[in-house]
Amino acid sequence: MLLNLRYLAISVAIAPAFTGSRLRRLVESQLIVDESWAVSQIGGGRIDRRVLIGAGLVLYPFWVGGTAVGALAGDVLGDPKRLGLDAALPGLFLALLATQVVNRRALLAAAAGGAIALVLLPVTPAGVPVIAAGAVCLAGLRRR
Amino acid sequence: MSATWTVVLVVGAFTIAFKSAGPVLLGGRELPQPMVNAFGLLAPSLLAALVVTQAVGGKEAIVLDTRLVGVGVAAVAIRVRAP
Repeated sequence: MLLNLRYLAISVAIAPAFTGSRLRRLVESQLIVDESWAVSQIGGGRIDRRVLIGAGLVLYPFWVGGTAVGALAGDVLGDPKRLGLDAALPGLFLALLATQVVNRRALLAAAAGGAIALVLLPVTPAGVPVIAAGAVCLAGLRRR
Repeated sequence: MSATWTVVLVVGAFTIAFKSAGPVLLGGRELPQPMVNAFGLLAPSLLAALVVTQAVGGKEAIVLDTRLVGVGVAAVAIRVRAP
C-alpha cells in the first residue's frame, strides 16, 4: 500500500497529458505502471500519453495473466530464486533507469534516491525507502 | 472472505485511486513550474530506489545474494546495448 503511494506522485506529475472526459481519464490512468511511465518519458518529467497507453495495454494482460498463472501454478516452477528470476526485476528497473539518466541532475537524483533507499532499507517497513527516495525530486522544486 | 483477499481488495482500491487522482482531478491542466521542475527528477530517483530495494532488499534488511550478480550482468548488458 505504502509502496503504491508512488503512483499518487506519478499520477499528479503526468496529469497534464491526460485529456478527454473524466471517465476516459479514469480508465486511461489505470494503465500507469512503473514500466509504461518510464518508457513514455519525453524529458522534464513529461510523458507521451499514447506511448504510456500503448505500453500499458501491452503489459497489462501479461501482468494479470502472469500473476494468475503464478498464483494457480506457481508451485510447478519451484523456487524462483533457484532459477535466478529474482534478479529479473532489479535488472528491469536498472534498464529503465539507464534511459532516464540523461544529464547531471538526473544522475544526482538517481544517486541520492538509491542512497536513501539503501540507508532506509534495514530500518523502515517496506515501501518507505522507495517513497522517501521519490521525495528527492522535491530538491528540484526551485531550480530547473 | 479471507484476510488475504481483504488486503488485496483494499490495496487494489487505493492503488486505483492513487493512479487516477492526477488525471481525473487535474487532467489536461498545466502544473506550476516548480512542480514541473521537481517531477523531472521523479523518474531517476524512484527507479534508482526500486533497483536498490529489488536488488538487495529483504524483510527490513539488506540481503546480499546472487541477485547482485544478475544485476551486474544486466548492467553490463545495458552498457553494451545488448542484444
